Amino acid sequence: MNRGVAVISFPGSNGDQDAVDAFAGPVGVPTRLVDYRETSLEGFEAVVLPGGFSYGDYLRTGAIARFAPIMSAIQEFASTGGPVLGICNGFQVLTEAHLLPGAVLRNRDLRFHSQWVHIRVESGETAWTGAASDGDVLSMPVAHGEGNYYANRETVAELEHEGRVVFRYANSGGRPDERSNFNGSINNIAGICNSGRNVVGLMPHPERAADPLLGPPDGLRILESIHQFIGTVV
Amino acid sequence: MSQPVWRVDIVVLPKDGVSDPQGEAVKSGLALMGITEASRIRVGRHLEIDIQAADAESARSIAADMSERLLANLVIEQFRIESIREMTAAGAHP
Repeated sequence: MNRGVAVISFPGSNGDQDAVDAFAGPVGVPTRLVDYRETSLEGFEAVVLPGGFSYGDYLRTGAIARFAPIMSAIQEFASTGGPVLGICNGFQVLTEAHLLPGAVLRNRDLRFHSQWVHIRVESGETAWTGAASDGDVLSMPVAHGEGNYYANRETVAELEHEGRVVFRYANSGGRPDERSNFNGSINNIAGICNSGRNVVGLMPHPERAADPLLGPPDGLRILESIHQFIGTVV
Repeated sequence: MSQPVWRVDIVVLPKDGVSDPQGEAVKSGLALMGITEASRIRVGRHLEIDIQAADAESARSIAADMSERLLANLVIEQFRIESIREMTAAGAHP
């Protein structure tokens, strides 16, 4: 049975319903909320870890969510090539779970940034950027206090070399300048993928840029990439 | 007879070389107060954990395991076990 997209709901998630609305609405695929206490993702064709403050951000952002019962199923799903998207807090959870390398630090200026930003698509060759092209400049909101991407020198070199930096903060013309790097991320990194290119994490919120009523629906260029996976697994 | 309880103090700090915006903010706060002697500030966490174990060495290894797997994110943080002391009945219920 094809059950479509699973949006995981952790205690403290607040972007879960937005993600469901975006996928079930404009993207137009079957979507369900999956409680963090579930242990199976059978039948689902994609998994989304939404934004929010799972477990109150206690200890570190995403640190406790990583041990939620559903996480073993997510690990398994990711290891078999299933498309997994981590948005904001979901990205933080994916780094804590070692599904993506590196970590996020507190924003360089210590401020919580809630604003629209531009990101440049660096790789259209991931499970979540198939509907976009290299060099596309997308506009979408960010809302985080800890999005300052960090990895050690070797890891950053590996990410760059393998084309696994998926999104970079840039100006409206697509130039990843220092001024656009509001949170202090290394190399303006806004999102990355794993070596299998099926697991993608990013700090900006594509699901909050999915309805023209709220601004340019550029987030759909990311979310709609999932069409190629939906309905193909029996 | 149950195993003794060991009070373990663990300190988690940002790794050397990893930026610490909180530490920088505290430093500039102190400077605003006119206290300029602090040349380096790293802000982290101090955890005080009571662990049941046969001896101090086992308590230390349990604490190290906790730290590596959860209490510290070794990508950006380092930890050290500051002290381990056996809690007497009186100490456990001060």
